[in-house]
Amino acid sequence: MSYTGTFRIWRGDADGGALADFRVEVNEGEVVLDVLHRLQATQAPDLAVRWNCKAGKCGSCSAEINGKPRLLCMTRMSVFERDDVVTVTPMRTFPVIRDLVTDVSFNYAKAREIPSFTPPADLAPGEYRMAQVDVNRSQEFRKCIECYLCQDTCHVVRDHEENKESFAGPRFLMRIAELEMHPLDVADRVPAAQEEHGLGRCNITKCCTDVCPEGIKITDNALIPMKERVADRRYDPLVWLGRTISRRRG
Amino acid sequence: MTEIERHDYDVLVIGAGGAGLRAAIEARERGLRTAIVCKSLFGKAHTVMAEGGCAAAMGNVNENDSWQVHFRDTMRGGKFLNNWRMAELHAKEAPDRVWELETYGALFDRTKDGRISQRHFGGHTYPRLAHVGDRTGLELLRTMQQRIVALQQDDFAETGDYEARLRVFAECTVTELLKDPAVGPDGAIAGALGYWRESGRLVVFSAPAVVLATGGIGKSFQVTSNSWEYTGDGHALALRVGADLVDMEFVQFHPTGMVWPPSVKGILVTEGVRGDGGVLKNSDGKRFMFDYVPDVFKGQYAQTEDEADRWYDDQESNRRTPDLLPRDEVARAINTEVKEGRGSPHGGVYLDIASRMPAEEIKRRLPSMYHQFKELADVDITAEPMEVGPTCHYVMGGIQVDPDTGQSRVPGLFAAGECAGGMHGSNRLGGNSLSDLLVFGRRAGLGAADYVVGLERRPAVQAADVDAAAVLTLAPFDAPAHGGPDDAENPYTLHAELQRMMNDLVGIIRTETEVAEAQRRLGELRARVGHVFVEGHRQYNPGWHLALDLRNMLMVSEAVAASALLRTESRGGHTREDHPGLDPEWRHRVLVTRRARDGADSTDGAESEQVVPRVVVEPAERVPMRADLLALFDLTELEKYYTDAELAEHPGRPADPGRPADPVGGTA
Repeated sequence: MSYTGTFRIWRGDADGGALADFRVEVNEGEVVLDVLHRLQATQAPDLAVRWNCKAGKCGSCSAEINGKPRLLCMTRMSVFERDDVVTVTPMRTFPVIRDLVTDVSFNYAKAREIPSFTPPADLAPGEYRMAQVDVNRSQEFRKCIECYLCQDTCHVVRDHEENKESFAGPRFLMRIAELEMHPLDVADRVPAAQEEHGLGRCNITKCCTDVCPEGIKITDNALIPMKERVADRRYDPLVWLGRTISRRRG
Repeated sequence: MTEIERHDYDVLVIGAGGAGLRAAIEARERGLRTAIVCKSLFGKAHTVMAEGGCAAAMGNVNENDSWQVHFRDTMRGGKFLNNWRMAELHAKEAPDRVWELETYGALFDRTKDGRISQRHFGGHTYPRLAHVGDRTGLELLRTMQQRIVALQQDDFAETGDYEARLRVFAECTVTELLKDPAVGPDGAIAGALGYWRESGRLVVFSAPAVVLATGGIGKSFQVTSNSWEYTGDGHALALRVGADLVDMEFVQFHPTGMVWPPSVKGILVTEGVRGDGGVLKNSDGKRFMFDYVPDVFKGQYAQTEDEADRWYDDQESNRRTPDLLPRDEVARAINTEVKEGRGSPHGGVYLDIASRMPAEEIKRRLPSMYHQFKELADVDITAEPMEVGPTCHYVMGGIQVDPDTGQSRVPGLFAAGECAGGMHGSNRLGGNSLSDLLVFGRRAGLGAADYVVGLERRPAVQAADVDAAAVLTLAPFDAPAHGGPDDAENPYTLHAELQRMMNDLVGIIRTETEVAEAQRRLGELRARVGHVFVEGHRQYNPGWHLALDLRNMLMVSEAVAASALLRTESRGGHTREDHPGLDPEWRHRVLVTRRARDGADSTDGAESEQVVPRVVVEPAERVPMRADLLALFDLTELEKYYTDAELAEHPGRPADPGRPADPVGGTA
């Protein structure tokens, strides 16, 4: 069942690099990460790959396989023909550290900018009551394993370094949606979603949803409802009137 | 030596899984400057792999539950070897720790009346596991990660610096703890040396308190559910500076890991499959677990399939299915079925949920399992049974700590979570790990904070120790001192050999001959690990990282093998084919692993002892259980585990003046 596959892997660092060709054994049932591990053990001991659980649960081994953002541990070799060349490159949206490892600190910086969960001040631990039907929506978003493939594929930042400062990316716009839909959260992040985190830049092409390894409907269930909440506030005549008056008073 | 990056903190937490994050939250909330150092990115730790749930006697689903019932279940699961004080604290405090997570933003699955739902699990009398589908670990870790971000936001609002009091050093590995020998009789913790994985540059932390929360040791075994991080770092770091390990012979093999395809062999299949109705079958289609209820659990489990099936809906008048026996029992049963020729095509048994409930119900209750089998094995678990077999999952043994504060015998060194020992005895119940890391993560953070506040003088890192630790850390880049370049060892090869050897010789079933052979081979590996040579430079070099982790795996493997050889009985996660029964005389003894003293215990004093210090394992007596806790158990149950003398003062024992005094003289 084994065969020799051809891999083309980007090797290099922040100063530059190139694709390197490898011929390597592939066995039945393996995933791309297995083959990279075999390369480390036999041909390229210093090949840098970030990985952890190898079960699609931690979101560490994100990269691009034949140009598509994917988890290395969840891409089975059986999806390729034996004579296909499998090209593996680092995520393009983030700066390369070495080989397939990128600097994803952008995401941690964005995470800090979203105001955290804010429960009612008088609610004691153990007294939280929520119906399952009401937590379902946020629970879908909390399936996120933070692989950042959605951030990687999003065209707002993929080739537009200049947009990074004013755009949180699908993962963190979804985090805003998650908190806004939390049945007990009392904070308001709707204006900030638009004004500080760049929700308006998203033009719902659903690329993020397409690459999500957890199958979260990021666009339909998180981003569009958030856009609707923004629109309700901005374009509802009564709200507009109220805001205008309060602004004059201020 | 070139200038080394330096940082100064009050509390240094090593490991960013559940225990580490909970410890860091506590230390920071007590006002101490806290650093978290972790080998992976923040939020990727192995805790995310925990599936089934977090055990806490909240009584939301069955109000008969209480801390006493949870305590009893935990002690039974561990076959009465558990550190009873830890089991007591754990059972009492777990509900508060779970409710606290809701205040951080956690969203557990709900009951009909809006409270946290709880599910059945092996060994737990009542439905007790708070859960989120089958991704509970991810929910816990993400919740605490987000709590840390919230604390950083508070600090930013106050000081303009997110990292003023709490900073995460991600992809940074600690290789040596540093002590100040001038504090106290044996010195005290002063800091740690590590390296940035990204750049390979060294970094020194000065900190009077270190909390080890590094998780387990599974990567020493070939078939494991553990990620690459589980290399026993905390166990080894603690041994190196003079702390003790206990119970290292007890390694849990989870009964249900994937067995096919080969590349995913060992990946966990949650116990929740059985908790929600899935059953184990052999190749004859027989539900074989009914044949494997051991004597100590006789009467507590259903004896017919009908009764077992009724139990899911009516737990008051039926007994639970033996599919939910504690993990050690189920793992051994599967092992026997396979060995006797009734296994599945790829060397496991069948786990069937497809015939037990509608497809939609399976997808709703077990979404990750559905996904995992579909993606990795091309198996639709709603249509066909899974193939499963035992996989190395958890180490019960670990750093010996004070139950209340988490402090080891080394002043300033604390431990919590999987790398701490004692809580689970000889076998951990499913669901007790997530609650363990919350309860004892918090306690270790608190213990560390109190220790630092009470210090009269801050211990100081010694320059010579930093230099020595740096040399040792960079040694794999030096060509071997002896022999030619052909003698250079490849870390990947050594690791594969270690894993295969531990799996074959110190795995789920052990014998004296095989464990002794393992010790001999570990001796050979110890000599070879000194010759490991890595190519390339220090920037994100996985070969170098493995070379360093390998030392820890080797040290921990020696502790496991030496302990396994000494304990001549079978109990929980330690099965000796040549000593198949429980022996009450072993129940009250604990095997303690420590670093061999220079000269006294060591045989050659060679350089390999610098790289991987030798260990010594010796028996000691366990502290007898407090009388009020012992009284929670029926005498008839205790008599299965305890010596007669130990039970002399149990209230259930009739005062019998004619009874001869026991010469052994236990004082329970």
